[in-house]
Amino acid sequence: MLRYLATRLLRALLTIFLVVTFAFFVLHLSGDPAMMILSVDAPPESIKAFRAAWGLDQPVWMQYLSYIGHALTGDLGNSMRDGRPALQLVLERVPATLAITLPAFALKLGLGIPAGIYAALHRNSLADRLTMMVSVAGFTVPSFVLALVLVLLFSVRLGWLPSAGNDGPANAILPIVTLGTAGAAILARFTRSAMLEVLGQPYIRAASAKGLSWRRVVVEHALPNAAIPTTTIIGFMIGTLIAGAVVVESVFAWPGIGRLLVASVANRDLAVVQVILLMVAATMVTANIMVDVIYGWIDPRLRSPGHVAR
Amino acid sequence: MAEPLVAIRDLTVDFDTGKRIVRALHGVDLDVAPGEAVGLVGESGSGKSVTWLAALGLLGRRARLGGSVRLAGRELVGAPVTALEQVRGQQIAMIFQDPSSSLNPVHRIGRQLGEALKLHRGMDGRAAEAEAERLLDRVGIADGRRRLGDYPHELSGGMNQRVMIAMALAGEPDILIADEPTTALDATIQAQILELLGEIRRDSGMAMVLISHDLGIVAENTDRVCVMYGGRVVEDAPIGTIFGAPRHPYTVGLLAALPELTGPRRRLVPIPGVVPEPWNLPPGCSFAPRCPLAGVDCDAGPPPVVRLEAHHRVACLRVDRP
Amino acid sequence: MTPPLLDVRGLERVYQARRGAWPFGHSVALRAVDGVSFTLEAGRTLGLVGESGCGKTTTARLVLGLVPATGGEVKIAGQPLPRAGTAEWRGLRQLMQMVYQDPLAALDRRLAVGRQVLEPLIIHAIGRPEERRDKAIAMMESVGLAAHHYDRFPHELSGGQRQRIVLARALILDPQLLVCDEPISALDVSIQAQVVNLLLDLQARLGLAYLFISHDLRMVRQVSHEVAVMYLGRIVEQGEPDGLFAAPAHPYTKALVSAIPAPTRTLSEGSRKRMVLSGEPPNPVDLPSGCAFHPRCPFAAERCRIETPALRSMPDSRRVACHFAEELVGRMAA
Repeated sequence: MLRYLATRLLRALLTIFLVVTFAFFVLHLSGDPAMMILSVDAPPESIKAFRAAWGLDQPVWMQYLSYIGHALTGDLGNSMRDGRPALQLVLERVPATLAITLPAFALKLGLGIPAGIYAALHRNSLADRLTMMVSVAGFTVPSFVLALVLVLLFSVRLGWLPSAGNDGPANAILPIVTLGTAGAAILARFTRSAMLEVLGQPYIRAASAKGLSWRRVVVEHALPNAAIPTTTIIGFMIGTLIAGAVVVESVFAWPGIGRLLVASVANRDLAVVQVILLMVAATMVTANIMVDVIYGWIDPRLRSPGHVAR
Repeated sequence: MAEPLVAIRDLTVDFDTGKRIVRALHGVDLDVAPGEAVGLVGESGSGKSVTWLAALGLLGRRARLGGSVRLAGRELVGAPVTALEQVRGQQIAMIFQDPSSSLNPVHRIGRQLGEALKLHRGMDGRAAEAEAERLLDRVGIADGRRRLGDYPHELSGGMNQRVMIAMALAGEPDILIADEPTTALDATIQAQILELLGEIRRDSGMAMVLISHDLGIVAENTDRVCVMYGGRVVEDAPIGTIFGAPRHPYTVGLLAALPELTGPRRRLVPIPGVVPEPWNLPPGCSFAPRCPLAGVDCDAGPPPVVRLEAHHRVACLRVDRP
Repeated sequence: MTPPLLDVRGLERVYQARRGAWPFGHSVALRAVDGVSFTLEAGRTLGLVGESGCGKTTTARLVLGLVPATGGEVKIAGQPLPRAGTAEWRGLRQLMQMVYQDPLAALDRRLAVGRQVLEPLIIHAIGRPEERRDKAIAMMESVGLAAHHYDRFPHELSGGQRQRIVLARALILDPQLLVCDEPISALDVSIQAQVVNLLLDLQARLGLAYLFISHDLRMVRQVSHEVAVMYLGRIVEQGEPDGLFAAPAHPYTKALVSAIPAPTRTLSEGSRKRMVLSGEPPNPVDLPSGCAFHPRCPFAAERCRIETPALRSMPDSRRVACHFAEELVGRMAA
């Protein structure tokens, strides 16, 4: 197990490294930060000075090596906009993002999984069909459309909830609902098919034949097996906790990482973008490793690879 | 004659597939006496498994049952689920075809055995553990204590089937339904399992229904055979009679289609045609299209059940009444 | 003298398995096929029997070249089997075809069955395009189907009909050797007889040779001219079916024969002494020393633990791999 984790960690680090490298080259070769930050009609001397100050006059590969060198010592660069360390800037925004993504995650699980299980247990009933219809709507409608519809309804028409900013807890409600709905829809669909697959297995019938009540068969025999494939999706959702809210944050003017990312890309604020991407990669990769570990824990067949039945 | 343990009368099963209603069982009559071993033989679509799944109420919401199944006098068809749950495992136990898939892959053997023991005998803790070990030993699994901590995928198919038998025995049932228990197993393991079942039956006086498509297995392990075709029982007779003097054309055809291991090699005589689909049954006798003795009268309606001497029933028009 | 159609000598297929986690642990050899030799003449059938893990399916794949051998050789009509993937090997595919156990899985669900029978002609560029459909229909009729089945899909046919399509597809190239891996196990009993009769008729008409793999000893006896019994990658007994099944020499064969329930035998021979093996087949990676069968053998002696018996010939052209073959012929109990 330890050896397995070590391999996964090495591969994870490699992935992160590749992401950072790729992002670096794309960003540096795709636009001129000086122009963006100083404005288009700034005098050429200022632009030149700016570029020299930030090392942008060096060849790209040299900038890259310099970046990596600094990164390994913990210095991830400074923001070109306000000069502060990029890492600090980003970390300041993390709580705001988590304030909406974590409750949204809870919503996804709390709404999606029970809905999926119910639909599977009552297959082809009216409830099942309705749930699936709503679910399809939930994940086909783009998040900004949903966001705008909710704003139109709850902020403009009904005036119950504020539509932007983060003055208080009420501001978080619409973003959370928007984020949670699509995820809940996907999870419902997925949980339903995982449950249906499990319910069709011979051991479910054998458990019933033993005399167990249906409730016990579902809870003790079906759910643990259905959890196995569902874990993958949930792991993926954990991976999007940091940066899965870009669109939603933009629509609701929520001061989280998503908005920072959009602004920084527009400004070519390289260091900040790099840090955000690094965080996203790290979160995704960690989530994947967690999923693998959990898999091994809940599915005993994966624990003994190459085990020949005696 | 003594009161049968299980008495099935005119059992019908209809499946509601959404598009149409398909009848899978067309009025099955079957008795099992206490301690008796009955074989149920048939090919795909014969209804041999459906009969017992229906009796135990395991067919799901889309099945509609008709007729009667009485267990020691109690009616099972239409009984509330809680009543059926009482019967399952405790009076009627069932083991299935693919033992490795019939065990929950994420629970240890000990837990699954313990579940049965707690449910049927109220045992837990040390007592249950000891009993589980005893049961494993009874079914011929050596080193039972260690096996309790294993998962199903760590055991072979034969061993998993033994575990299933142990779980079935945990409830001390009056009758065991073995649905193709050895089909998925190798020949030598098959022999072991069948011998085990026979031993258990002799020791406990438990009745057994052995469902199989293999006439040979049924011949050696049961006293009486019911042959099913197209959702009906077509012949019901003691072993010697079925193989020595079968009367239904399907049974005769089935025996003629089997090759021998010894004796002169003869060309096999297959039964022409195919087994009809349940939604496409012929009017009248379902075997008529393939039957060498069929006549126009066979299409008129389902054949009557003729009782030839005691214990021998045949559903055929061509059988001379006694 | 013409060489036999199929000549297999010392065929081996060894897989490297790993015990314990890398980089610890060690490599162990899994000898799926461990020195198998036999010949098959045109128009004859060799039956290969054994339980799961004995290597019969691997042997079938080795013969066709679908799996590369790690030792020994396979000769087709005197020529060594070319390596898989080469043009010569593909050319040989016309000569040898395989029929599998599950006809539904062997057919493409989305293509009409007639089209699938036709496909080998397209692959090997045989015949003019206009003629191919007629050839396919003719082939279908010769296996007992009708022209109107051409446009059906696999799920619209019964199991027996599907297996006939698989046969038609295998035979359309006019092969000389058909490797049948459990061709009838997935079929209903009443249909099995139909397909077996068809196989025998085709053999008589076309001079086909069959390598017939099955766990059903009675069916094997019905179709084979010679039978080989395999256990853990080796042939343990080989000979003419009637003699072999009536009076098996190797203890494993005895157990296999004994395990067959037989309705008529029960009646005529009274209660028969059954030889039931104890234990399970061992893990192929953990082969026992000496004779691989000795831990389960009721006749095992000290010698069996030390020395691996070779497959040797007996007076009646039976070949047995057992130290005590002569004494054991016909005996059922120790």
